[in-house]
Amino acid sequence: MLLSRGPARSRVGASGPLAVALRRLFSSAPEVSQAESSAGALKEFRAQVQEFAQQAIAPHAEAIDRENDFPTSVNLWKELGSFGLLGITAPSEYGGLGLGYSEHCVAMEEISRASGAVGLSYGAHSNLCVNQIVRNASPAQKAKYLPKLITGEHVGALAMSEPGSGSDVVSMKCRAERVGGGADERYVLNGNKMWCTNGPKANVLVVYAKTDPAAGPRGITAFLIEKGMKGFSTAQKLDKLGMRGSDTCELVFENCEVPAENVLGGVGRGVAVMMSGLDYERLVLAAGPCGLMAAALDAALPYATQRKQFGQAIGEFQLIQGKLADMYTRLQSSRAYVYAVAAAADSGTPADRKDCASVILMAAENATQSALDAIQILGGNGYINDYPTGRLLRDAKLYEIGAGTSEIRRYLIGRELFKESSEGRLKHV
Amino acid sequence: MKVLVAVKRVIDYAVPVRVRPDKAGVEALLPKLSMNPFCEIALEEAVRLKEKGVASEVVAVSVGPQHFQDTLRTALAMGADRAVHVPLAADTFAAAGAGGAAGAGGPPAASESPLQPLGVARVLAALAGREGAGLVLLGKQAIDDDCNQTGQMLAGLLGWPQATFASRLELDKGAAAARVTREVDGGLEVLSLPLPAVITADLRLNTPRFVTLPAMMRAKKRPIESAPLEGLGLAPHDVAPALAVIGVEEPPTRAAGTRVGSVEELVRRLREEARVL
Repeated sequence: MLLSRGPARSRVGASGPLAVALRRLFSSAPEVSQAESSAGALKEFRAQVQEFAQQAIAPHAEAIDRENDFPTSVNLWKELGSFGLLGITAPSEYGGLGLGYSEHCVAMEEISRASGAVGLSYGAHSNLCVNQIVRNASPAQKAKYLPKLITGEHVGALAMSEPGSGSDVVSMKCRAERVGGGADERYVLNGNKMWCTNGPKANVLVVYAKTDPAAGPRGITAFLIEKGMKGFSTAQKLDKLGMRGSDTCELVFENCEVPAENVLGGVGRGVAVMMSGLDYERLVLAAGPCGLMAAALDAALPYATQRKQFGQAIGEFQLIQGKLADMYTRLQSSRAYVYAVAAAADSGTPADRKDCASVILMAAENATQSALDAIQILGGNGYINDYPTGRLLRDAKLYEIGAGTSEIRRYLIGRELFKESSEGRLKHV
Repeated sequence: MKVLVAVKRVIDYAVPVRVRPDKAGVEALLPKLSMNPFCEIALEEAVRLKEKGVASEVVAVSVGPQHFQDTLRTALAMGADRAVHVPLAADTFAAAGAGGAAGAGGPPAASESPLQPLGVARVLAALAGREGAGLVLLGKQAIDDDCNQTGQMLAGLLGWPQATFASRLELDKGAAAARVTREVDGGLEVLSLPLPAVITADLRLNTPRFVTLPAMMRAKKRPIESAPLEGLGLAPHDVAPALAVIGVEEPPTRAAGTRVGSVEELVRRLREEARVL
């Protein structure tokens, strides 16, 4: 029979027979490895997130890009929160799922596949803000900030770059001066932060500032800033090439007083908080370009089978097949790397800095190339905004710039390789 | 009042199917199974009755091989209080050349399984009695075999009133009677029936909710009760098929249209060839 329902149709992800087979094997035959069982669980998790993202987010993607804003008809933050995606790595006592980076990457990928901009804002909220709080905050700070961030009632952000300190982030000028003492101890922040994703909407922001300028990297401290704190304001929303609708702005601190209890991870420990956070940030954000590559194939494959020229589907031409093959290879190899690094991070060892940089370097450059290929396959249609491929290209380019440029990533990887090699402890080559 | 809801595991509604080469049934082109959409609507309605305080407990039941427990987990995640699995060995299904292929990694076949509406109705009748259900809510039909018989047969076996194709369901305060709206050709038909009763859900009864990630994670940790046939006072022959599928054919391909030169020719050909005028 013909079954049709409206777009609001809610669906439950069913598990494929592989997952079924794995689970059945697992229940009756204990020799099946933990890894196989978790692969099945991850696949099931992906099916559920994919169904949600395609139904709740994808229909808004085009308008989000065009209007440069999230939809007003529905609160996507609340939708993401009630579905359970905003606190994947947060403990369940704060409303999180208590899962790992593998699941977080799956969510990042599938949301980005539905909308790159929602994916980026999701990454900034759930990883840069929520996960940084999970990793570094005191129990009191977690109890105060996590629950509302995880339900989507509050939006989170993180700010490190400044107008004059991008790649050279340690050269930041933003100053936090300690005043008062005892119960009255507080910090007075002065300075500007640039390119802050979610900045215009954020209720809770992780902000880095110098508490001891003379101490260089050891003089940086992370703070939890709340919207509405006196002396804190946001400047105009930036008009970006891509990732439109994922709001970005400048943050302005003019004698902003922050209670000492809002120091995150200890005074002078900002660089450690930042750099280890950046490793996990790069890992999770690397799933974003994977989602964009999947979206590029989602657009190009049906087109190549339906579009006819010279009396046949253009997908029958080998030059088109070559592009499709390259797009598929880029997607699958990037995924393989992302989920291998995620599994390593979930195994309990600290993330490997060069792998986290390497995985986003590869995925980001691959996504830009795949978006270009998708445009080329769609030809004239790929160049007009009635089709999503142009948006995919503009969105993909961000990942070669945000969370460290490709240049910084190459520098980091090379530096780590050289350091490890010269110290005789190179393990992964 | 306890509500019993049956949930069937079927090839996902979005998956394309084709007739198998041996013409014994259909096979899915993608390996994806999920809860029959009409069962989902019935379950959603039951959960809403619970949320309104009209129902005291929602019990989901499924009859089939081990992997049907996945669908019961979804039912728990949607809000069922308990899940009951009536196991039928996978080879019962595989023997008839259907269903069982799913576990082996091959494409799942349609469930033109030996399990047919009368067998399911007998199982549900036994369970309704055991549970003391005040209401059995079912989907009006499953999207694989489109039988649309289980609810009616169940009502017959139990001797309960039935209201099929419900597009709106209201229960009175004491849960002694139900008002059911049905979409019929001429408009809306409203039935009033005393409980206990069997009610089957049509498409527009409600829109089922998303199953959230936390709900699914909690559901995975919850037990699923196994209720073998013998424990329900049934024997294998009670669920044995009464009908045999002789063959499944593709619908005939539509012939290409022709262009007519004038209205006169159109009318003539409608009259003489199509014989519709």
